[in-house]
Amino acid sequence: MFDRRLISNIDWILLFLVLTAAGIGIMNLYSSTSGWNMTGTPIYLKQLYWLGLGLLIAFGVALFDYRHLEYLGIYGYIGCVSLLAGVLLFGKTSMGATRWIDLGVFNLQPSEITKLVLIVALSTYFSRNERPDGYALGELWAPGLLLGTPVVLIMKQPDLGTAMLLMFIGVTMALFSGIRRSALAVLGVGGVLSMVGGWFLLHGYQKDRIRTFLDPERDPLGTGYHIIQSKIAVGSGGFWGKGFMQGTQSQLSFLPERHTDFAFSVFAEEWGLSGSLLLLALYLMIVLWGILIARKAGSGFGMYLAIGVTAMIFWHIIVNLGMVIGLLPVVGVPLPLFSYGGTSMVTTMIGTGLLLNISMRRFMF
Amino acid sequence: MALNSPKPDDIRRKRRFELLMLAAIFFFTLLAMRLWYLQIISGERYQILSQKNRTRYIPIAAPRGPIYDRSGLLLVDNRPSFTVSVLRQEVTDKEQLLKDLGTYLHSDWQELAADWDKRRYYPRYRPIPLKSDIDRDTLEQLAEHSVDLPGMLIEVQPIRAYPYREVAAHLFGHIGAITEKELNSREFVGYRAGEFIGKSGLEKHLEAYLKGQAGEKLLEVDVKGKELRQLQVQEPLPGKSVYLTLDRDLQLATEQAFDEQAGAAVVLDVNNGDILAMVSRPAFDPALFARGISAEEWQALVENPDHPLQAKAISGQYPPGSTYKMVTALAALRAGVVTPDELIDCEGRTTVGNRDFRCWKKTGHGPTNLKKALRESCDVWFYEISLRLGIDRMSAMARELGLGRDFNLPLDNERSGLIPDKEWKRRRFNASWYKGETVIAAIGQGYVLATPLQLAVMTATIANGGTLYQPQLIKRIADYTGRPLQETQPVVLHQADISAKNLKSVKNGMVEVINHVAGTGQSSKLAEITVAGKTGTAQVVKLKEDPEDGEKPSPDEIAYRLRDHALFVAYAPAENPQIAIAVIVEHGQHGGSAAGPIAREIFEHYFNIQPASPEQPEE
Repeated sequence: MFDRRLISNIDWILLFLVLTAAGIGIMNLYSSTSGWNMTGTPIYLKQLYWLGLGLLIAFGVALFDYRHLEYLGIYGYIGCVSLLAGVLLFGKTSMGATRWIDLGVFNLQPSEITKLVLIVALSTYFSRNERPDGYALGELWAPGLLLGTPVVLIMKQPDLGTAMLLMFIGVTMALFSGIRRSALAVLGVGGVLSMVGGWFLLHGYQKDRIRTFLDPERDPLGTGYHIIQSKIAVGSGGFWGKGFMQGTQSQLSFLPERHTDFAFSVFAEEWGLSGSLLLLALYLMIVLWGILIARKAGSGFGMYLAIGVTAMIFWHIIVNLGMVIGLLPVVGVPLPLFSYGGTSMVTTMIGTGLLLNISMRRFMF
Repeated sequence: MALNSPKPDDIRRKRRFELLMLAAIFFFTLLAMRLWYLQIISGERYQILSQKNRTRYIPIAAPRGPIYDRSGLLLVDNRPSFTVSVLRQEVTDKEQLLKDLGTYLHSDWQELAADWDKRRYYPRYRPIPLKSDIDRDTLEQLAEHSVDLPGMLIEVQPIRAYPYREVAAHLFGHIGAITEKELNSREFVGYRAGEFIGKSGLEKHLEAYLKGQAGEKLLEVDVKGKELRQLQVQEPLPGKSVYLTLDRDLQLATEQAFDEQAGAAVVLDVNNGDILAMVSRPAFDPALFARGISAEEWQALVENPDHPLQAKAISGQYPPGSTYKMVTALAALRAGVVTPDELIDCEGRTTVGNRDFRCWKKTGHGPTNLKKALRESCDVWFYEISLRLGIDRMSAMARELGLGRDFNLPLDNERSGLIPDKEWKRRRFNASWYKGETVIAAIGQGYVLATPLQLAVMTATIANGGTLYQPQLIKRIADYTGRPLQETQPVVLHQADISAKNLKSVKNGMVEVINHVAGTGQSSKLAEITVAGKTGTAQVVKLKEDPEDGEKPSPDEIAYRLRDHALFVAYAPAENPQIAIAVIVEHGQHGGSAAGPIAREIFEHYFNIQPASPEQPEE
């Protein structure tokens, strides 16, 4: 199965872009957590370890031929949906949400794996059911069911951020596959209606987040605090920023969650618009490169898979950045490669591995 | 579905890839524009906000200005006090801390908890004060155990100190923390929560001078308000020094002269209106208010029947009694209704209509001229001439001598007394004036009311020949380096229209009051200098008009509270007056016996210690 040609076909550019982003992220973590007097491994080192582990996993993923996933995907999907159902039935409740299954040794958060498993399942479906003229409304029930089942289960947990991301990923893939205009119009109207209807299904804290997003000053010390402090951090960075480790908002702890969801605010404060635009450009290059990988993919399945993975990374970036700069409500979505956290790092690196895998095998049919 | 098969949807797919890339670029452009807006367009605003976030202005209280007497002897100052506070963010176990503090402070921990809760609204970084002005022993104990009391903080605060305790307590008033309402009023623009302001007396009226200019520290703090470093500091500017016209030792001697008696006394410099002493008894220790008075202490002060909180010298309004007779005499002489030598026969009573008005001496004084009438305080002489004079001319003289008005002193509750006339009665009661009311007004009874300050002003005005000076309490205001900012000049309010001849007649009578064997004020007689004065009795119960049916009960039988107030006014030396005194002893009964000795002690002190006062140049 192993072909030496693969080594020479490794996508060094993707690897370089991803490692650069992760490196800047770790440097940023070093700054944002420098004031912490904690014992044990510093946060930035832990993130470095996670990156190392992520790289190993990425290479592991890149090694075996992704095309096997086309057949394995359905089992993964069924297993994953069962896990999600299991979480709802037997899961551990923490902070009002049931997202974990306690496996004794570690806590498993199936909603994270779901993103990848769904991408695989949808890739299989769309690559096997090409519609040259696009999907009609009636033909969308199958992919709709594939997408809808995990989305509803995750919403139930409730984990609005992940559910929303799954929707974005699924819709991106479906749009790419092609949907007829008539169907699009109906779906658009239906989407708006269900958003209105969905408001009444939201939990109180979720409604609060959205209200506060629309008007952060409504609750400046409560839910609005994050948005206000983050905007102050970003805005006060100006063009050149306050300098590495000089961000007062982050160094003096005014910025909450500054090593996880709001890591970008620290960066924007310390590096200003100049640094932020460079980072933005780096992320855009990763996304565009991902689309190019899809374009050159050796199979339809590979193309959809690359589109799905890229969409996953893309939407994480957009939702996270939109959140920290006050364009979107605060939903706990991390910035890939930048926010501290093993789960996010591993998921992103699996995605990177898949992209490498597809890129490496673009000449194999 | 292989990509290499030539199909028309290849082009379509190519378009989709392009669309996808454009969509990605579009979203990233949105983000970039938003960043531009936040960091460039609104950058300055957010920089200010972040600056405000990280810095804290901590005010440094300015020492309040000290108050001195006329020669620079200290009356009110500041001393450091130690306040036990808690810094909430460092408290680990609130209940345990409060219980421990309760033990050290000898307080109920639940009361401390209540104080804590009352100040919950304080900003997080502001310590909550729990107990102010702890003593040295407690301070040492707390300092020793501070490690076991996480969150406890000992703050040093200046507190008002009154080295002479009760002396002139009513003048100084007290200071207290500014209230939320005051903070929002226009009067206190520039003040901060927690600052101390003058709440009454001089502290309140001279607030603008006594208040210093607070300094401030600019600190860098983290989100918990923990101080990280000091960025700037502006030192506070102490308040101005206020020099009163009071003579500390004279004030002290006057207070002591009262002993246990209730009453008031005012000593004036007759030649410029300076208030040399102003005493109200009983008094209180202003330090009680400086450190926070307890409920029991407050209750005791309020319930004391002698009203220790009242500044009787300016807010006690008494019938002036016979001390008013100079007014009546001067008015009658000016009106020409009597001459100093005219003899009026006193048979012990005057009948007006069907009513009898009695002289204090039942048997009467016999033929009486002005000098004798003053000397022996013959009521009938004044009854008779008041009928010739009428109330309006009498009251006009009273006003020219400074009665019936306030002097706008920088103190609270200065009252203006009451000098009645026909117009006043019509307005007040819509009734016409009766002759009988003129008769009793002539001896300072009935509607007539005056404060001890007014009586002293009246006496000073007679003594100096008719110049009504504004009574002054502030002599000088200087900045904290001692550089004078303003010096009070004598202010003439009015020049009374009294001829030298008439004045001399009345003054002669006043000299005889003290120095004649038949005088009512001999208790104030001094060997070294000649004192001139007048005794008086202010009736506490309504003047009894002609108690034919029964004898007046003997003084011993009258309950103390119903006893008359004793009054005495005097000036000295008679030939070259320097100071004027008004003394009232509540329930002291007779001016000569109760108030006179106090006046004498004041004179003794004034002339013995400063026999040739440099303050009194010959005019």
